[in-house]
Amino acid sequence: MSTPRTLSQKVWDNHVVKEQGVTANDDGSALLYIDLHLVHEVTSPQAFEGLRISGRGVRRPDLTVATEDHNVPTENQDQPIADPIGRKQVEVLRQNTAEFGITNYPMGHRNQGIVHVIGPELGLTLPGMTVVCGDSHTSTHGAFGALAFGIGTSEVEHVLATQTLPQPPQETMAITINGELPVGSTAKDVVLAVLGRTGTSGGIGAIAEYRGSVIESLSMEGRMTVCNMSIEWGAKAGLIAPDDITFAYLEGRKHAPSGAAWEQAVEAWRALATDADATFDREIVMDGSECVPHITWGTNPGQVGPIASSVPDPDSFDSPQERDAAARALEYMGLTAGQAIRDISIDTVFIGSCTNSRIEDLRAAAAVAEGRSVASGVRTLVVPGSGLVAEQAEAEGLDKIFTDAGFDWREPGCSMCLAMNPDKLAPGERSASTSNRNFEGRQGRGGRTHLVSPQVAAATAIAGHVATPGDLA
Amino acid sequence: MKPVRIVQGRGVPLDRSDVDTDQIIPSDWLKQVERTGFEKGLFSEWRDDPDFIMNKEEHAGAKVIVAGPNFGTGSSREHAVWAIMQGGFEAVISPRFGPIFANNSTKNGLVCVQVEADISQAIMAAVIANPETEIVVDVERLRLEVPSIDIDVRFAMSAAVQHRFLEGLDDIGLTMQRADDISAFETTRPDYMPASS
Repeated sequence: MSTPRTLSQKVWDNHVVKEQGVTANDDGSALLYIDLHLVHEVTSPQAFEGLRISGRGVRRPDLTVATEDHNVPTENQDQPIADPIGRKQVEVLRQNTAEFGITNYPMGHRNQGIVHVIGPELGLTLPGMTVVCGDSHTSTHGAFGALAFGIGTSEVEHVLATQTLPQPPQETMAITINGELPVGSTAKDVVLAVLGRTGTSGGIGAIAEYRGSVIESLSMEGRMTVCNMSIEWGAKAGLIAPDDITFAYLEGRKHAPSGAAWEQAVEAWRALATDADATFDREIVMDGSECVPHITWGTNPGQVGPIASSVPDPDSFDSPQERDAAARALEYMGLTAGQAIRDISIDTVFIGSCTNSRIEDLRAAAAVAEGRSVASGVRTLVVPGSGLVAEQAEAEGLDKIFTDAGFDWREPGCSMCLAMNPDKLAPGERSASTSNRNFEGRQGRGGRTHLVSPQVAAATAIAGHVATPGDLA
Repeated sequence: MKPVRIVQGRGVPLDRSDVDTDQIIPSDWLKQVERTGFEKGLFSEWRDDPDFIMNKEEHAGAKVIVAGPNFGTGSSREHAVWAIMQGGFEAVISPRFGPIFANNSTKNGLVCVQVEADISQAIMAAVIANPETEIVVDVERLRLEVPSIDIDVRFAMSAAVQHRFLEGLDDIGLTMQRADDISAFETTRPDYMPASS
């Protein structure tokens, strides 16, 4: 009998490029084959330049896909990008992908969108694959039972040249969430509650598997939201075992297998689940009841708590470092210890990003917005994750629901997640945002970010202050 | 990358936790397509404050960043490593590093010295009290030394990374020597695996 293994160990083992039968080097590192390499304009130019300098080519352009997402404006995409530096970066991506024979979905193409939205929706991301991208939120693809992680530009160059990456061994970790979600809670609340447990470093050194009845009950969109934020608590990657929900999402997608190949694939994918007697190096067990609607109050995603609470007192933290970090965060955020979270007024609401811009996210936000109006003075952006998401939303009339309620309906891109395009916060402006990072200046210099679910974001836009859908009249 | 055997010099105390890569280099600076010039973006938002520690005369020319825990969390931007190195730093000391940042550092020759929290706090205190405090990061012996406070501890680095640091090797070249192994692996991939084109 072979040794029981976890999901991530199976995917890892299936991708080790062996050297004379040897699977790992002396230090335990292995050379892993990469099945899918996603590329965008920000972290790739220096990698392509490196290839040119050393006279190397791209080994597998057919396993590489590029799109333009970080720099693109979310209005007037039929026009060139106004910012000359951002425009140049996009033009350089077009030149590089043309030179090396890589498919690129440019701004305005229906398959264009946020890199972590388009991979799954085109059926390029499949269970059991290894997926990398020069972007930390590559962990999103783990929702399909793929081993997916973010890499730096040197590694982008390495994968372009060799379709492999040397990887040191990682510990395995289970995040088991039993029971069921409270009514009104979402996948975003699940991962924010995990962050409340782990802080920003609880997963460092590990590949995590999310499991338990709460995870199994989530849709693929919800699973992507959870896996997306794995890196925020330090995990190298976050995976969920593929099941019938996964297969139903994938069947019939553009690049997914079909016919006999589909049957063969599903059989292989079912075998990926963690063996019953496999053990993890670390485990966190939570109950679904902990995943009440959450919001961040500080300047890292671990500074988070239930919406039905108040801004914490820095003195309530155990370590001097946490106290210092909390005090610094409250000062930056312009908040007072003890203030009720629901009393926080919001200037801007952003619904979008690789965390929450998929069709289900937009449906959930639209259900809250329908028949209501955005509070006066609140700026809103609803940004679909891709051209296909936008098409679907428009076919369902969601854009109309949003615009009737006073929300601004935009074109696909990373938008206000990271302040690399015209969608930014002004200094001192405060947002409720469905994105993934509330770092200082992340959404614009001096901007103040509160991370929430799409439902809470929509309710907050209508109330003008932090609110859940249940708070609305 | 250039060989790195020893880093010897003064430190700058960055006494706060969770310094993410958005702080190290804000996203405005990521639009460049070149690999140089990122020192101008290093901590650019904090640097506007004249009281920011890196603006202090007494820390000019420091080679080592002495940081709180969780240094380099967040975005995968390798620009953060480039900015730190182009800003004149050769090593960072912290009790814990963001994993992608730490990995990116190994590709460029920036030494991430992970030490126990009490050691890092002692070094932080020493550098704050005396900016002239000398720090030695010896990659060959994997020792971190601060002679003035009698610190001499081992730090971890995988043998493969240490070898590349000492020899200044590019790991793409090493992997390309295994082209036959990679080709052999490719023949075993299932037929249902998707291609983009």
